[in-house]
Amino acid sequence: MGEVILTMKGIDKSFPGVHALDHVDLEVRKGEVHALMGENGAGKSTLMKVLTGIYSKDSGTITYEGREVEFHNPREAQEAGIVIVHQELNMMNHLTVAQNIFIGREFMKGKLIDDAKMNAEANKLFQQLGIDINPAEKMGNLTVGKQQMCEIAKAISHEAKVIIFDEPSAALTEAEIEELFKIIRDLRAKQLGIVYISHRMDEIKVITDRVTVMRDGGYVGTLITEQCTKDDIINMMVGRVIYEDPKTASTVPPGAPVVLKVEHLNAGKMVKDVSFELHKGEILGFSGLMGAGRTETARALFGADPKESGDIYINGTKVDIKSPQDAVKHGIGYLSEDRKRYGIVVGKTVAENSTMAHLKDFLSGVFIDKKKENDVTQKYVDRLKTKTPSVDQLVVNLSGGNQQKVVLAKWLVRNCDILIFDEPTRGIDVGAKSEIYHLMNELAAEGKSIIMISSEMTEILRMSDRIVVMCEGRKTAEIDIAEATQENIMHAATLR
Amino acid sequence: MQTTSKSGNAFTNNPIVKAIGLQRIVVVLAVILEAVLFSILSPAFRQYATVVSILDYSYYISFMAIGVTFCLISGGNDLSVGTGMICYALAGGFLVQQMHMPVWVGLIVTIAMGLIFGVINGVMVAIMNLPPFIATLCTMLITRGFGSIITGGMAVSWPSRSSPDGWFRSMFKIINNGKIIPVGFLIVLLAILIMSIVLNKTKVGRYIIAIGSNKEAARLSGVNVIKYQMMAYIISGFFAGLAGIAYAATFSSSVAPGTGAGLELDAIGGAIIGGTSMTGGSGSIIGTLLGVFVMSLLKTGLPYVGLQANWQQIITGIVLIVAIYIDVLKNKHTA
Repeated sequence: MGEVILTMKGIDKSFPGVHALDHVDLEVRKGEVHALMGENGAGKSTLMKVLTGIYSKDSGTITYEGREVEFHNPREAQEAGIVIVHQELNMMNHLTVAQNIFIGREFMKGKLIDDAKMNAEANKLFQQLGIDINPAEKMGNLTVGKQQMCEIAKAISHEAKVIIFDEPSAALTEAEIEELFKIIRDLRAKQLGIVYISHRMDEIKVITDRVTVMRDGGYVGTLITEQCTKDDIINMMVGRVIYEDPKTASTVPPGAPVVLKVEHLNAGKMVKDVSFELHKGEILGFSGLMGAGRTETARALFGADPKESGDIYINGTKVDIKSPQDAVKHGIGYLSEDRKRYGIVVGKTVAENSTMAHLKDFLSGVFIDKKKENDVTQKYVDRLKTKTPSVDQLVVNLSGGNQQKVVLAKWLVRNCDILIFDEPTRGIDVGAKSEIYHLMNELAAEGKSIIMISSEMTEILRMSDRIVVMCEGRKTAEIDIAEATQENIMHAATLR
Repeated sequence: MQTTSKSGNAFTNNPIVKAIGLQRIVVVLAVILEAVLFSILSPAFRQYATVVSILDYSYYISFMAIGVTFCLISGGNDLSVGTGMICYALAGGFLVQQMHMPVWVGLIVTIAMGLIFGVINGVMVAIMNLPPFIATLCTMLITRGFGSIITGGMAVSWPSRSSPDGWFRSMFKIINNGKIIPVGFLIVLLAILIMSIVLNKTKVGRYIIAIGSNKEAARLSGVNVIKYQMMAYIISGFFAGLAGIAYAATFSSSVAPGTGAGLELDAIGGAIIGGTSMTGGSGSIIGTLLGVFVMSLLKTGLPYVGLQANWQQIITGIVLIVAIYIDVLKNKHTA
């Protein structure tokens, strides 16, 4: 490790209602790989966005190469030599590799673009990095791993001095990760400062020199990787006080029948051989870090995405779910994490949304029986305590929590016995949150079975009877609530 | 890890096939097949006059299609080229016929009108962020109405070949002692060549491809997205103007207001058949030219086999569906 190249000190940033960064410090040295760790929402990405000028900071100082700096946009940061290699690659698939690398600063020969020179320059970069990519190949034809190499080459071509890798390994194969690490070590040897954001504990131990841990927007501490254990890091990541009382024991009566059994479910890259059982009246929590494959599992189960293999049994009978329509027919309801996109139709009324999944019950002849629709909707508005002036109110005018209740009403009208809540309280304020929790408990007590996907540890510990932990598409643990702790869940969530 | 993940059979992997592009080979075969089929079905089809007729149709469709190709590649579309072309030719011809201005003024005004409406489309799409399909659909209506208003609802006759002002007709067709030389094809080829270079070798083309491929990435790379997106529509407008001139020059009948709707589909169809993607990001001008000939052959050939206007529309519709479906399949394959 060389001298300090970048220091962020006391960085503070608030968004309306959220204190996103609370006096965070970060120091990066030349020739260092510095891990930035923390749970989902700990503030890692926000910190990097402040660094590269996507967000402006409220207070604090950034010192880069001995001078205090403030970048106003990613371009300024890039010109100064700070570059992010994004997790989601920003590539133009129809252009060639070289064209992508030099977009916006093409080599020209008079009025025409000099593609030959761009290819040659790209080749030089690749040689420097020791990677084998044809610069004239169309970007879309490369694997994700190779595309990432191109992003790195692009960063190098900007004469970067600090490169930030935002979860670079998330989409890579083992072999590709090896190649990535080789490049990162090379860059380190060339005295670049490297910030490495990742959830993968094993990688952190292998590739990084120091670790800075963030939690809930705050700075927890910085450790030298060699001198700490995986558990040290996990403890720093989760060591928060849980304000709400976690559930201490399962409330599912012993011997409750299995209503849903999933066996060896495979779907795409994100769902690998997932098996689990759901009992009557149970709330089964699905925990894991971002990209663990929980939503993908739910979507495959619900028939929203195609599955490659796997058997699904409902009440002991094998069922074939090929589409959401099939799933609904078998009594499964899905409350999406992205309500506005998948859950509700914002331009429609509460009543229209509530009856959408079961409209055939509300027909008299070919016409919709408006009175029946309103009556039934009103029943659920009362039952769920949905705050709406009337059932004719447009859903767009309701708060997040009440929108969620409308989605729930939709599935209850359909009489679904299995409900999948995907991030049920995302974007919902605290008061409405506990109402949703209350409702979920009530439904479970009535014998409905619930799968609850949540990224909030407190929510998982408070609501679940049993917890399935996933990591990278695999189920890595199944923990009874009586034995569940933040530590053992986080441990399983980072298990590769 | 392999660099190219595409698999294929011996034919599609053949280097010559790869260099030319499978799609282009298929399109050329389609053109030949069409010609052979029409020749077999109708002896009258087999004559020089038919070739001239096919070319006559190809000129204005080609020009429209070149412009539309740029819009499609940018991730948009331009539905206004058909009615636009007629509107611009009406405006230019009106000045010549009614205001007795020189022909060259009429020609310049025709192109200028195209540029103006190109800018209007560009502003709507790139700055106001209207969906291209809807924005240019509105321009389609506006140009149709506007053309009629300019001429007071009257058809416009550009100077005839025999009149002293008829020289402009010789740009596309030289008639000498009854012998017809379709020189317009050279103009089209020249345009194809220039616009191919613009698309593949200049910043304008490169950025239009980049925008159609991934607009956000292009923006983050420092590309002036608004400017280059507008550029696609301005190019389209310019070529719609050229198409208007080609239309006025090749057909001796007068230009009638209220017509032109539906012609844009010949152009869009040509572009898509030629391998330009409906979803943006990829396309080729030469492919477009080949696609145009598929459309132009259909237009000329169908009457020979006894299928008149109504049937032509049905067949054009079906051809478009097939072409777009191939595009959908192609995208599914690369996704």
